[in-house]
Amino acid sequence: MVEKPSYFNEMGSSGAIRSPYSGLDSWAADMPAEFRNTKQSEAEALFRRIGITFAVYGEGGDPDRLIPFDMFPRVFSADEWRKLDRGIKQRAKALNAFLLDVYSRGEIVKAGVIPGRLVYQNAAYEKAVVGIKPPRGVYSHIVGIDLVRTGPDEFFVLEDNCRTPSGVSYMLENREIMMRMFPQLFRENRIAPVDSYPAQLRRTLASVAPDKCEGAPTVAILTPGHFNSAYYEHSFLADMMGVALVEGQDLFVEGDFCWMRTTEGPKKVDVIYRRIDDAYLDPLCFRPDSMLGVPGLMNVYRSGGVAIASAPGAGVADDKAIYTFVPDMIRFYLGEEPILKNVPTWQCSKSDEQKYVLENLGDLVVKEVHGSGGYGMLVGPRSTKEQIESFRLKIEEDPDNYIAQPTLALSTCPTFVEEGIAPRHVDLRPYCLVGQNIELVPGGLTRVALTQDSLVVNSSQGGGVKDTWVMAE
Amino acid sequence: MTLLSRHAANLFWIGRYVERADTVARLFEVGSRNALLPNTSGGYRNEWESVLRASGTSRGFAAKYGDDVRERNVESFLFFDSDNASSVASNIENARENARIVRTSLTSQTWDALNNAHQEMRELKRTERSKLSMNDLIDWTLRTASLIRGTIEDTQLRIDGYDFLNIGNYLERADSTARLLDVKYFVLLPQVDFVGSGLDNYQWRTILRALSAHRAFSWAYGGEVTAAKIADFLILNRKAPRSLITCAEETCWHLDRLARAYGNTTTAQTQARLLVANLSEISVEDIFEEGLHEFLTRSINEISDLSATIGDVYLSGEGR
Repeated sequence: MVEKPSYFNEMGSSGAIRSPYSGLDSWAADMPAEFRNTKQSEAEALFRRIGITFAVYGEGGDPDRLIPFDMFPRVFSADEWRKLDRGIKQRAKALNAFLLDVYSRGEIVKAGVIPGRLVYQNAAYEKAVVGIKPPRGVYSHIVGIDLVRTGPDEFFVLEDNCRTPSGVSYMLENREIMMRMFPQLFRENRIAPVDSYPAQLRRTLASVAPDKCEGAPTVAILTPGHFNSAYYEHSFLADMMGVALVEGQDLFVEGDFCWMRTTEGPKKVDVIYRRIDDAYLDPLCFRPDSMLGVPGLMNVYRSGGVAIASAPGAGVADDKAIYTFVPDMIRFYLGEEPILKNVPTWQCSKSDEQKYVLENLGDLVVKEVHGSGGYGMLVGPRSTKEQIESFRLKIEEDPDNYIAQPTLALSTCPTFVEEGIAPRHVDLRPYCLVGQNIELVPGGLTRVALTQDSLVVNSSQGGGVKDTWVMAE
Repeated sequence: MTLLSRHAANLFWIGRYVERADTVARLFEVGSRNALLPNTSGGYRNEWESVLRASGTSRGFAAKYGDDVRERNVESFLFFDSDNASSVASNIENARENARIVRTSLTSQTWDALNNAHQEMRELKRTERSKLSMNDLIDWTLRTASLIRGTIEDTQLRIDGYDFLNIGNYLERADSTARLLDVKYFVLLPQVDFVGSGLDNYQWRTILRALSAHRAFSWAYGGEVTAAKIADFLILNRKAPRSLITCAEETCWHLDRLARAYGNTTTAQTQARLLVANLSEISVEDIFEEGLHEFLTRSINEISDLSATIGDVYLSGEGR
């Protein structure tokens, strides 16, 4: 008989409930099924009314699909969070130091810590911004760090998101909806609030306004438009921050500045929080066929007329090939030991590591270097022989394109399922803000794999979300 | 806070689309009531065709159904057909799509009203047609439009966005009143002989009914329905909520609010004031002297000019 792998259940088991979850076990167990169903449909109605929907790329079907929301919260103790908080901020700081370095002196490459090939020949390395020092030297203003847990004190960083990590609107709305539906839970527990995030984000963005900006900076969010699957989030953040939500067509460049078209005539924009990729920012500098960007924007950016968050080029830091070196970056730039661990990673581009990967495909998770959203991924232990063999061919054909990691025993959190309450695998994405200060709200987005035993939490692959609690000190 | 020109245009169009859905339903009502009249005195050969003409969709209809102008086809085309840009369904869909873009400029009540209209329309489309009466569809549309306007009026902040919603609404309404009146004279009643006949009166009453003004008219004028009284009521009477002058004054009022808020008076305000001034000075005798059709055509053009000016000044992002 095959031994079932044991997973760390964050709530613990009956008789030994871990302290952050105390009370929640009986809260859930005592909830009558009927009441639970009522609450579940109430939550759905609220999400639909607010307009939070999610379109899945390439899926067709209902463009107004909801991300499933699980009412069982995911909880961290104050102690657990303190460590995560330090580890996340440390990592965000090092990633920014790395970006500033590789677009100027390149000390880390000269010192031989990271191979130059991986940086300078990386598809995400933006030659157009070499030599530009963005305001306060910050490239990545919102760093989303995906974390998984395997034991009481075992956290691993799965990947970094230095460009435009999405999902923070769910963090805020999940909390809003839980507070509306279960106010007594919030009276009985001391849960740290997360609602200051929009104000902190606005402060962060304002703090990186260019030197040329006089007076209070004008901030705008640049969205690809209302057909984008994350449009709800863009408009939500604009609304909560009280800033304009612009599309490329609303902006134009004249003289040394970037302007937006308003009912009162042109108005200067100082900081652009863009939710479009580098390639689409400026058709004169990047993709000439881009309809989403602003012609001439990069010239204004270069001459310090506007700040762009995240700065063009930030993507080179969250590449899966660079990921392996983040612990080295932390040592190199900060002279500190990394607080959060990386998942051990094999680079298929290195022949000895490739050999190991190919010999152990059945036990590993294989990812595309530039893939995202859980696509183009092999989870060895959950795959058929055919799937494994087809990946073997892909790796042999283009080894540089793949990395492999061990299959982690992801922690589970109790989740409401058809039959009652059952453990389901979870991960966590906190959102770290980097401007004049480095800030982190106590919480994040917990994604949950709703299918039994599934390890894939992506919403595009049938994952759901949970409210994430950090107990106040 | 700064309002993007594009978002102001979205708000303006929400106002227009909602009012347009309302107008199509009212036209429907005209058609269905006229269809009840025994067709003995040889009125227009087909009441439904006049409705298509009034809504400016004759050509689109012919392309789809040929000359098979039956109630059921007209109903499909004017109410449900998403290929017909003037249908109630298209107008509701467009209003909601514009609302989705400016979701955050709307209160949750206004958004709910628009979003629910869209969900209910999807539901209606799925419902078996035999289970839907035309009256239910008309009632649903008028009720839905009222609900949306009500939430705008009751819950929206009185800032520039609110003015653009209303300007769209009133310009569209002015246009629709003028067209309905014009249709009465040039489409519904093709022969001069019928003027003053029983058919003529019946049709006038239908128009009043369609404009929800049947009782209001009796209250204001009493007695016989005459063309002069109707024209006075629907063009020059400030008490009538859909009269041209009321729509022009409301548009002007909202434009003046914009001028105050922005500290800048533009050609849009000048043009709107001129429109109001002309309507204030003209008498119903003057209108008939000019010719009702000529007067209405001129008014429709003036309304469309004002709309274009508002576009240039506020919605393009070029005006200063």
